[in-house]
Amino acid sequence: MNPTEWSWMPGIFTAEGFAGYADAAAGIVFLIMLATTIIGGIIACNSERLVRAVAGLALCFVGVAAIYYFLNSPFLAMMQMLIYIGAVCITIAFAIMLATPEESKKQGPAGPLTGPLGLVTAGLVTFGMIGLAVNTKFDIMPKVNMGKVKIIGSQLLTTYSMVFELVSVVLLIAIIGSLVIARHGRSK
Amino acid sequence: MSILTLHNSLNTYLILAAILFGMGIYGLITRRTLVGMLIASELILVASSINFMAFNRFTAPDPTVGQIFTLFIMAIAAAEAAIGLSITIAVYRNYKSVDTEDVVDLKG
Repeated sequence: MNPTEWSWMPGIFTAEGFAGYADAAAGIVFLIMLATTIIGGIIACNSERLVRAVAGLALCFVGVAAIYYFLNSPFLAMMQMLIYIGAVCITIAFAIMLATPEESKKQGPAGPLTGPLGLVTAGLVTFGMIGLAVNTKFDIMPKVNMGKVKIIGSQLLTTYSMVFELVSVVLLIAIIGSLVIARHGRSK
Repeated sequence: MSILTLHNSLNTYLILAAILFGMGIYGLITRRTLVGMLIASELILVASSINFMAFNRFTAPDPTVGQIFTLFIMAIAAAEAAIGLSITIAVYRNYKSVDTEDVVDLKG
């Protein structure tokens, strides 16, 4: 086929043109996920009703999973969806259903000064960390591997096997401990 | 640097993590229920994970270390959420409230 026939088509159909469009699309998706994360975080820390806060938290975690994907780690993105959205958010939702009185006596922040003071504190911390991050020069080292899942697995079972087992024990103790704490006084 | 190449810059991720951390601090200070404070603390944990992953992607020589550490942070966060929520349920059973102002028996 004569390539000049296709010259009216947009550049997306050529190889280098497609790479450019893919980069632009990746940038747009990244911006959307950035906005998702921040909006979810705002809902999670600001909404009056706790169920909405949990929904905002789940939204924020979806954005964070996409950000892990952009940071070259699809494995961590999957774990974020599984653990945070699938386990932590669901657990918090259960706790809200089990342990929140139907009529909440007091709404809003705990005192007249709590909101502004919290905002000031959070703003100071945030801008301090942003200033620190922007003004520091970080040394960039050459990569020794690509960080694939295969290497993560072999490192988890060789170099970090002790920590891996300890985390398993911590999780087991946490499960048993939370069962014991939540069960206490139930038979009364 | 155009706005579409933001995902190739370390500062973007650090600033995002700082913003999430600030939201977590704000939530911890202003929330009046235990569950709300737990939600805010999850935001703080996620912010620290994003920091680890950003440095892992851009500066660290071995990109598996940060991923493994983030995995451990997730496990600890899950354990923390389980224990915190069971404590919340125990407090609710004893006080019929999860408001932080009602649980003041040790205040003296």
